Amino acid sequence: MADRAHGGGFYLDHAATTTMRPEAIEAVTAAWTSSFGNASGTHAVARRAKNALEDARERAAALLGTERPHDIVFTSGGTESDNLAVSGAAGSSGRRRIVVSAIEHKAVGSAARALERHGYTVSEAGCGSDGIVTPEHVEAVVDPDTAVVSVMAANNEIGTLQPITEIVAVVRERAPGAVFHTDAVQAFVGSPTSLASMGADLLSLSAHKFGGPAGVGLLATAPGVRIDPIVHGGGQEAGRRAGTSNVAGIVGMVVAMEAVERERVRFELVVGAERDAFEVTLGRLVPGLVVNGAGSPRMPHFSHVRFPALRAETILIRLDQAGVFAAAGSACQSGAVEPSHVLTAMGMTSDEAAGCVRFSFGWDAAPGDGERAALAVAEVIDRLGSV
Amino acid sequence: MRALVAMSGGVDSSVAAALMLDAGYDVVGVTLKQWEGADGQMPVAGCCTLSDAEDARRVAAQLGISYYVLDYVDEFTEAVVEPFARDYLDGLTPNPCIECNRKVRFRALLDRTDELGCDVLVTGHHARIEEHEGIRRLRMAVDGTKDQSYVLHMLDQRALARVRLPVGEMTKGDVRQRAKDLGLRTASKPDSQDICFVTSGDYRDFLRGHVDGVSDPGDVVDTEGNVVGRHEGTASFTIGQRKGLGVALGHARYVVDIEPRQQRITIGRYEDLLTEGCVVGEMAFTHEPLADGDVVAVKVRYRGDPVPAVVIRDDDRWVFRFSERQPRPAPGQTLVAYDGEYVLGGGTILTDRFSDMAVR
Repeated sequence: MADRAHGGGFYLDHAATTTMRPEAIEAVTAAWTSSFGNASGTHAVARRAKNALEDARERAAALLGTERPHDIVFTSGGTESDNLAVSGAAGSSGRRRIVVSAIEHKAVGSAARALERHGYTVSEAGCGSDGIVTPEHVEAVVDPDTAVVSVMAANNEIGTLQPITEIVAVVRERAPGAVFHTDAVQAFVGSPTSLASMGADLLSLSAHKFGGPAGVGLLATAPGVRIDPIVHGGGQEAGRRAGTSNVAGIVGMVVAMEAVERERVRFELVVGAERDAFEVTLGRLVPGLVVNGAGSPRMPHFSHVRFPALRAETILIRLDQAGVFAAAGSACQSGAVEPSHVLTAMGMTSDEAAGCVRFSFGWDAAPGDGERAALAVAEVIDRLGSV
Repeated sequence: MRALVAMSGGVDSSVAAALMLDAGYDVVGVTLKQWEGADGQMPVAGCCTLSDAEDARRVAAQLGISYYVLDYVDEFTEAVVEPFARDYLDGLTPNPCIECNRKVRFRALLDRTDELGCDVLVTGHHARIEEHEGIRRLRMAVDGTKDQSYVLHMLDQRALARVRLPVGEMTKGDVRQRAKDLGLRTASKPDSQDICFVTSGDYRDFLRGHVDGVSDPGDVVDTEGNVVGRHEGTASFTIGQRKGLGVALGHARYVVDIEPRQQRITIGRYEDLLTEGCVVGEMAFTHEPLADGDVVAVKVRYRGDPVPAVVIRDDDRWVFRFSERQPRPAPGQTLVAYDGEYVLGGGTILTDRFSDMAVR
């Protein structure tokens, strides 16, 4: 992290996009040469591509605990997977309610809102000040008319892990037949994630969050869950997602997934230790620092902190100038920092929310990185405090 | 030394950034995001739009400087857009670009200059700042045809000390040539004319969309109050307008008054349009306030020629009596007072009706 590949400085925005794993880069490069064909064709070159694609599908299915390889639908990334889950599952249900948590990524929240135009009602499950959506929050809004429930596995801003198995149990009881989707885009890299263990019907992943290439993702589906396509065309992905398969990207993603599984323990221990050291050091040097979600189960590489009386927008620019690369809220198209709906849902005032910054470590964190990064951040904050 | 450069995505601020680099500054580029549509989509045409932010970003990358978009949507909406709509109903024709400079752009950016660890604030405006014996003066640009000192009249001594206007020393042609030499993508980009939050490029469309009643038909009356015709909404008219009045009286008629609340347009002869002076509020001065009896040159519109006027002070209002009668300025517009090429100050025109107030 103390940079090798990022042009100097501390790259602490791995939750936005993490560095690609060397084995994934190698796999993508190799596939671009050996499996460049269109996997839908009939000839030998196409067959090689198709073979690589289906091999990747089987390996992904095994990792995510789906019953059959074709329970994996490859997509262009997390946003498409989330849209496909919410819109695709709602379409055929005949029910009219969509339930999403108040802290979902916009890929879920906005996809649900878009369904309002088609006669659906969207209900939001709340969130505690601890950043956790409880089964009770969900229970309060689901009913038998609920078509889809979507609650993320780990929040993309504060990194809190949601009690998915307990929430699924409530949904099964209160809304039998409803489809349960979890956006595991952030969770996968740092927390055991599978359809089977969570009991979910649909699960979204995005490769660039865990060391694969950007522009590739997947939606894992449970048997018997019908999803209607949102991208129409040549009938690829068993009719659920049209478009020529991004074979090289998919191969790279699956190689990265396997690396994540292999290194789960190391990630939790080593990366988690750097995050912890970062927070301890920063807390010692910055008076009044608040670590959001600190008392809740959360991702080992996330550190979401509030600097009292400072604005994130200013902090991020000063950090950038000092070579520390972090994030706040979610960036909009123009790049301006916008107020976070997640922090608002947690009950923060707009002033409090405006002072929050997300630091996120990556799989390549090395011992000492956490403390060094904290020293760099504290120096910037110290200078800002004297303006 | 570090410079914060406000980059609009146009050629002037692009070159301003390059000039500061040449002068040895560390340069940080910013664009203010001031407006977004109700659906959250950014406007795609006009000033301060997505494509402009993109141009600014690309220029910054080309120059090798850091670049940020700062979110001022709330401040801008509150300080500029909402008052614009409200003032219009009160019979004013506000100048949103000046309101923005005064209430959002310079105020916000001067604060940000400190916060972001910068020493000076740089914009691409065509005007000059000169210092003599500790006093800073705002002067018209070298290129008189592109002079923007009018919209900068609110800069006081504190602001003038921090602001740098490097392109004000150059002609527009030289600016474009410089951009071309540097290979900047903005080199031949047309100058922006639009009000940035009016996405269609016509502020009257904004009025129609945001202010009740401005598209309602009403009476066209003469200066005696006789109804001489009908109109399709006050939003289509400006003071001094001669064409498109829909009234044929055999000789030239001009819009001399607009009363949006009454949906009434008053037309008259050229003489009816003339006024002896005007009353100005919210005056700001670059250095010392004007004094009673001062003779200054005033501009009551951006592209107008300066005319001599005598200053009469009336508490927090300032009366400017023109040396000879002038077409009446629209209330809400800005009067800027000059001493030759130097800006003395300016404010908002409240009225040109001397009878509306007690003037000594």
